[in-house]
Amino acid sequence: MTKPMKIRSLTGRAAAPMPNGLSARQYPLGLSLLLIAPLFLLLGFGFIYPVGRLLGQSFFAPELGLDNYRRLLETSLYLRVLIRTITVAFVVMSASLAIGYPVALAMARLRRDLSSLVMACVLLPLWTSALVRSYAWIVILQRRGLVNDVLSGLGLISEPLKLLYTEGAVILAMTHVLVPFMILPIYGALRAIPPDLVQAARNLGADRVNVFIRILLPLSLPGVFAGCLMTFILALGFYVTPALVGGPSSLLMATLIGQQTTETLDWGFAGALSTVLLLVTLLIVILFRKVLSHSRGISNVA
Amino acid sequence: MSPDLDFALAARQANNEEDNLSSRRRLSVRACLSSAAAGFVLFAILLFLVLPILIIFPMSFGSASYLEFPPRGLTLNWYQHYLSDPEWRAATLFSVKIAIATTFSATVIGTLAAIAFARGRFPGKSLFQALTLSPMIIPHIVIAVAVFIAFSPLNLSGNFLGFLIAHTMLAVPYVVLTVVAALQRFDTTLELAAMNCGAGRIRAFFSVVLPNIRVGVASGAVFAFLASFDEATVAFFLSGVEGKTITRKMFEDIDFNLTPVIAAVSVVLTVTSLIVMGALHLFNRDRTSAHR
Repeated sequence: MTKPMKIRSLTGRAAAPMPNGLSARQYPLGLSLLLIAPLFLLLGFGFIYPVGRLLGQSFFAPELGLDNYRRLLETSLYLRVLIRTITVAFVVMSASLAIGYPVALAMARLRRDLSSLVMACVLLPLWTSALVRSYAWIVILQRRGLVNDVLSGLGLISEPLKLLYTEGAVILAMTHVLVPFMILPIYGALRAIPPDLVQAARNLGADRVNVFIRILLPLSLPGVFAGCLMTFILALGFYVTPALVGGPSSLLMATLIGQQTTETLDWGFAGALSTVLLLVTLLIVILFRKVLSHSRGISNVA
Repeated sequence: MSPDLDFALAARQANNEEDNLSSRRRLSVRACLSSAAAGFVLFAILLFLVLPILIIFPMSFGSASYLEFPPRGLTLNWYQHYLSDPEWRAATLFSVKIAIATTFSATVIGTLAAIAFARGRFPGKSLFQALTLSPMIIPHIVIAVAVFIAFSPLNLSGNFLGFLIAHTMLAVPYVVLTVVAALQRFDTTLELAAMNCGAGRIRAFFSVVLPNIRVGVASGAVFAFLASFDEATVAFFLSGVEGKTITRKMFEDIDFNLTPVIAAVSVVLTVTSLIVMGALHLFNRDRTSAHR
């Protein structure tokens, strides 16, 4: 570009002020809508329409009414499945917290090289497909699997134990799949704590336990809540792992919805089950947000 | 002060010091023990995280036709089975095609939307932002079943286009999140400077904004690729007899035909993920070191 051209375009731009006094930092309405339009079409057709149709079907198929919901509430099997789903999700969340917090703490407090090593151990499972990890647990837990081999090799058992297709197997494998979602938010919260705070507490005579209880733990609570929320809602709707590792005695909502869709072809009832699962998920999200804003209020006052 | 008292005081002090010393030594022994215990607990947890994934590798090279660990002989048999089986090959090709197309469409659509979210002003913006992220929160089983029921009558199940739409919808939130984060770090003065020098919006975007948010866009693209390639729930329901992803084929075989071929496929899936994430890591590191 030649110099005079540059100057001309420069003056040309200066002569035309932005409309409505908007700064050029902000894109005008028309352009914004144009940018958002592809996403809008995608979500409209690929997300809102299908999910809306599924939920709507619970009221219309096979006929108009609340029959599908009545059936859900009146059959003890389905209620048991719902309660089991919530219980399993809660246990998975608690186990993830118990396992995940020490790892997050180690990642935040260890020397740099050690902490990268721990980080790699957390990221490896996160980047591995849930399908692959469920398969690995099948190999470990099946009748001729690793655990039974080791136990019978040691002479502790004569008959192979039934480990696979139980609720315990589902909880174990699901915890393994979901624990990185607990570790990373807690690690983020711990990393955000200024090191001066810990140093100040040490200088004032606090020992390690006190530093942890009075400083690290309270300040990492937002991360803990975020991690708990993530693992809980992911566990509620998890399909792959329970479908592969669980059995009929450990049926969960997700597997039940899958069965109704592909085996019994009762799409109205699948819609009702989906609606209930969705409502439970939303309820949990709202509950956690309440708790979170409450605890923030407390820490602001303190 | 009497010498007696002096002596008594000195003795007490010495005693105290000794006490202090021993208690400190006891404390340090306890500290050592507790950090050893903490190290052991940490080691056990890390083993729990990593071991189930690592055992797949030796298993895929084991020679026995049933699952055996540790393997007695080494063989590449299962990889050969995988590569020569037309069903596995078709499934792999189908998955790769979908993942690449999804990466492209999710990155473009997500980046455009992220610009509108970060810089634009339009009615219902916060509502729309929440809607964009909701595929991450809504249980995947609900999305999978919904998409299956809605797409089947439209002839969109078990084919490329149906998967492209469904996977792009699942992958787009990752792109929006990473690109919005990158745009928030970007100094808009640079863009204004470019425009003052005569560049239009589009030119300013491609030669100033895009190079600066490159890391965010690349991260989003990688997450989008993995969100599609590793995705199993929607793939399970949306797959047909013809259009079957590698994850659906694996799902079926785990249920009905559990052979070490699956271990080989697992290794292929895991190594693909690791290579893609590793490439992103290198790209980001190059980028930050070039910045310095």
